Amino acid sequence: MSTMTASAPARELPTRWKRFRRSLRANPSMLPTLAAVALFVAMLIYGELAYGRILQLNTMSNLLINNAHLVIIAVGMTFVILTGGIDLSVGAVIALSSVAGVMLANTGVNAWIATAVMILIGTLIGSISGVLIQYFDVQPFIATLAMMFLGRGLASMLSTEPQRLDNDSPIRALGTPIKVIDGPKVNDLVVTIGVLLAVVVVVAAFFALHRTRTGRTVYAIGGSENSAQLMGLPVHRTKMFVYIVSGTLAGVAAVVYTARLGMGQNITGVGWELDAIAATVIGGTLLTGGAGYVLGSVVGAFVLGLMNVLVTRDGTIKPEMVTIITGGILLVFVVLQRAVTARQRE
Amino acid sequence: MTTSDEAASRVAALLRKSWCWPLVAIVVLLGINVLNDPDYLRISVNAQNGNLFGNLIDILRASAPIIMIAVGMALVVATRGIDLSVGSIMVVSGAVAMEFLKDIDSAQSIGAASAAVAIALVVSTLIGVINGLLITALGLQPFISTLIMMLAGRGIAKVITSGQNTNAQNEPFQWLTNGYVLGLPVVFIIALAIVGVIAFVVRRSALGLMIEAIGVNPKASRMAGIRPIGILMAVYMLSGLLAGIAGIFAVGSVMTVDVSRTGYQMELDAILAVVIGGTSLAGGKFYIGGAVMGSILIATLDKTIVFLGIPASATPAFKAVVIIALCLVQSRRVGSLFGRRRRRISPPSPTPHLVTEKEGVSA
Repeated sequence: MSTMTASAPARELPTRWKRFRRSLRANPSMLPTLAAVALFVAMLIYGELAYGRILQLNTMSNLLINNAHLVIIAVGMTFVILTGGIDLSVGAVIALSSVAGVMLANTGVNAWIATAVMILIGTLIGSISGVLIQYFDVQPFIATLAMMFLGRGLASMLSTEPQRLDNDSPIRALGTPIKVIDGPKVNDLVVTIGVLLAVVVVVAAFFALHRTRTGRTVYAIGGSENSAQLMGLPVHRTKMFVYIVSGTLAGVAAVVYTARLGMGQNITGVGWELDAIAATVIGGTLLTGGAGYVLGSVVGAFVLGLMNVLVTRDGTIKPEMVTIITGGILLVFVVLQRAVTARQRE
Repeated sequence: MTTSDEAASRVAALLRKSWCWPLVAIVVLLGINVLNDPDYLRISVNAQNGNLFGNLIDILRASAPIIMIAVGMALVVATRGIDLSVGSIMVVSGAVAMEFLKDIDSAQSIGAASAAVAIALVVSTLIGVINGLLITALGLQPFISTLIMMLAGRGIAKVITSGQNTNAQNEPFQWLTNGYVLGLPVVFIIALAIVGVIAFVVRRSALGLMIEAIGVNPKASRMAGIRPIGILMAVYMLSGLLAGIAGIFAVGSVMTVDVSRTGYQMELDAILAVVIGGTSLAGGKFYIGGAVMGSILIATLDKTIVFLGIPASATPAFKAVVIIALCLVQSRRVGSLFGRRRRRISPPSPTPHLVTEKEGVSA
C-alpha cells in the first residue's frame, strides 16, 4: 500500500506506479480491497464536501466507537470465509451472550466472571458449529443457521425484555469514553476500551493469519481443501479453529456492544451476520475462500459504518433504504470478485 | 411365513416413504397435546354454516404458507441451490397487496382483490427472476445471491409501506385465508391444489428428472443436453411465485402487513420442512410429499409450543434442535454406525426411487 502514497517525489512516481500495476497484475485478488479503500476515501471526501464535519476528530471517534463490535465480528467472519465457509450465527450469539451476561452481572456476579461467561458462550456455540461442520459433514451455512436460531431462541427464553446493566456495573467501564486528544470544543479524539479491544483483535488476527502456520493453513483450506489435506496440513483442527475464533470474537463483540449500550436484548444483532459478511466481502475476501485480508475487512466495516453516518447526515434518504444500499454494495462487490476470479482463471 | 415376510416388506416400504417419519412426529406431537388436554383433537361443526373448526383445522390453516415455500425450496434444493429470500419475498408480496388494497379502498370488490393478488405475485416472481439471473447469468453462489435478496427484500417492503404496518379492508381477499369451502379452510385447499399441479407437472414430465440431474452433477447434465440456465431460472422463479402466494396467505388472515415480522425467519421453516421430508441438502433429489408433510409438522410444532405455554419467541430454539438432529441423522458418520441398514437402502437405482416418489405425491 505504501506504493500509493501521494507524497512520493514526482520523478519516482512512474516507476512506483509501474511496480504497483505489476504487483496488481500478479495478485489481482488485491483489486477488491483497493476498491474498498478507494470507496472509503471517496465517501469521506463526498461526506466532507456535501455535509461537512466528517473529516474531524469527533466524527472519526464516533465511527470507531460505534463500529468496534462490527470490526470484531468482521475479523471473525474473515477467518471463516477464508476457509470457504460462512458463519450466520454471529448476530444471535451476540444476542444470547449479551442477555445472559447482563442478567448474570445484575445478580451480583463478579464482572470479570460475567464477561468471561459472555465470551465463552460464543466459544461454545462456535465449537458446536465447528463439530457439526467438521465431523458430521453439515454444510456450514446450515449448521450456523441452526446455531443462529438456537442462539435467538435461547436468548428469548432467558428474556424478551430489554435487560439494563446496573449503573454501577464495572462492565460499563469498557464503554466509557477516554479522551486521547483534547481538541477545541467537543472536537476530541475519544476512544473506549472497546475500541482498544477491537484494535488488539485486529492486530492479533493479522498476526495469526499472515505470520503463523495456522494462518497459512486457513488460506490453504480455502484454496483447496483436498490439496491442503494431501499436503499434510492439519485441516480438521484448523476448520474447527476458525469457527471457534468466529464464535469467540462474537462473544467479545457482545461484551463491547453491551458495555457501550449498557443493555442487552433478545433482538440485539438482527442482521449483523449480514453486515459482517458484507464488511468481509467489501474488504476483498473471496466468498469461495483462499484469498483476502483481515485489514480489508476492517475497511469494509468502516465503509458500512460511514454509510450509516452519511445516510443520517443526509436526512432525505429513508433509514429503510440502508439495508437495500448495503445489499446493493454487497452485490456490486460480489460481482467484482466474480469478474476478478474469472480473469484469473483465463 | 410368506405372509409375515410380505407384511414386513410392506411395512419397510412404508417406512421408506418420505412422508412417513414426519407423520409419526405429527402424531407424537398431537399425542403430547392430547395428554395435556383430552379435547385437543375435537373438531366441531359450526351449526350455522357447516364449517369445521378446532385445533386440527387451525394447524392445516397455519401450514398453508409453509407448504408453499417448502415446495419451492424443495425444487431449489434439488438443484444444489438454496433460496434464503423466501421470507423477504413473503413480506414484499404482502406489502404490495396491502398498499394496493388500501389505495383502492373498496371492501367488497372482487376485482380489487384479484388485482392485488396479481400484482403481488408479479412482483414476487420478479424477485425470483432477479435471484435466477444473479445465479445463472452472473454465476454467483445461490446462497449469497438469495442472502442479498433476503437483506434487500425487507428493505424494499419497508420502502413500499414507508416503514408502516399497512392494513386494508377487502373481504374477498380475506376470504382467501379465512374462508371455507366444503367446511375446510380455503387456504389449505388452494395450497394442496397448487402443490398437486406442481407435483403433476414435475413428475409426469421430464422436468423433475432434469431438476434432479442438475443437482446430481451439473456438468454431466449439461453434457446430456440439459440446459441448466432455463431450469434454474424456472426453479427460482417458481420459488419466488410460491413465496408470493405464501405472503398473501400470511397477511390475509389479519389484513395487516407487519414489515418486520411477516415472513421473518420463514426461510428456516422452509429448509426445515424440506429436510424433514427427506430431501437432502446436498441436492439431486426432492420429495414433494415429504415437504408437504414436513410443513404440516412445523405448523403442528408451532401450535404445540404455544399450547404448552412456552413463549412463541423460543420456537426457533426447538426448530434448531430438530434441524441439527436431522442433519446428524443424515450425516455419514452417524450413518456408518447403522451401516447394515444403510447399505440396503442406499443403492441408487433411479426407477424404484421414482416410483416411491410418485406414490408419495399422489398420497
